[in-house]
Amino acid sequence: MNDTPVAAAPGPSELFLRFAQVAVTGFGGVTPWARRMLVEERRWLDPDEFTDVLSLCQLLPGPNIVNIAVCVGARFDGVRGALAAFAGLMGAPVVIVLVLGALYTQYGHLPAVSSAFRGISAAAAGLVVAMGLKMMASRRLRSAMAVFAVVTFIGVALVRLPLVVILAGVAPASIAAAIWRRK
Amino acid sequence: MNEDPLVQLAEDFSLLSLMAVGGAITVLPEMHRSVVEIHGWMSAVQFADLFALAQTSPGPNILVVTLIGWKVAGLAGALVATIGMCGPSCVLTFAVSKIWLQFREASWRLAIEDGLVPVTVGLMLAGGFLITLSADHSVAAFVITGVTAAAVLTTRIHPLWFFAIAGALGVAGWI
Repeated sequence: MNDTPVAAAPGPSELFLRFAQVAVTGFGGVTPWARRMLVEERRWLDPDEFTDVLSLCQLLPGPNIVNIAVCVGARFDGVRGALAAFAGLMGAPVVIVLVLGALYTQYGHLPAVSSAFRGISAAAAGLVVAMGLKMMASRRLRSAMAVFAVVTFIGVALVRLPLVVILAGVAPASIAAAIWRRK
Repeated sequence: MNEDPLVQLAEDFSLLSLMAVGGAITVLPEMHRSVVEIHGWMSAVQFADLFALAQTSPGPNILVVTLIGWKVAGLAGALVATIGMCGPSCVLTFAVSKIWLQFREASWRLAIEDGLVPVTVGLMLAGGFLITLSADHSVAAFVITGVTAAAVLTTRIHPLWFFAIAGALGVAGWI
């Protein structure tokens, strides 16, 4: 097997640098790049360990890739590692997006820029639609459990219920149904 | 409700941080509700623009939060919103990660995953629906959204190309 992780645990500066690199190259979703870095290039995790970390990070609240950075950083160097990986992941992108924001404020009122944004916003919306549709292929939806996806969609998109209603009502019902189905 | 906007940003986003099951985009509808409808910090169009701007930038797709904070309260707002959105969930992840990995085959863990996935998918689809309504104000814009979604699903073309083409079509006055 070529996938065995290297033994040497990375320190904080290594974690910071690698996550910064992944963040800056990751347009439209950083997670696939993070997998490449962690599993294939650095071999800090083997493929199963990565899948395990990913499923935890998808389950816990918060941005998945940020959770992955915290998990990986914590695993190799505790609080220090988690902070280093988080700072590496977020630092450069925050600066870049603020520069873009400043340019937008400066030039956003120009007709050419605002009409360009009518197009770009439409395409960005398409990206989110695609993410949602892609997730519909999950094997976990190939059962009566799909009804909870439909209820959530209707509740949030059409009835415009606050998220807390979904999390306090639909999510526990869905988990209860899943427990019952596994019995 | 006449608080300092920084305090409100911190409150709103640290709550959203803990409600963002399945990733940051699942709270997009709630962010929209809070920022546009409740606080009136910006219009729906501005919200869609900031979202698009964040998507054109490299890095985690949570960056829309940074831009919202910045729009509301400048640099301090950007930092408060970003840390608010990441902080609570990071602390939780840090605390849970060590315990969790010991239970990889536990049936309660698989049941929780089974139960949360449908909710996450419903939230993602709702996010796509609502951001489309905010962003698109012409038939041509809906076509762009549809074509981009279809292309992202069926091809391996990088999404930034669609942003570039859609931006050019916008400048040409087609949208």
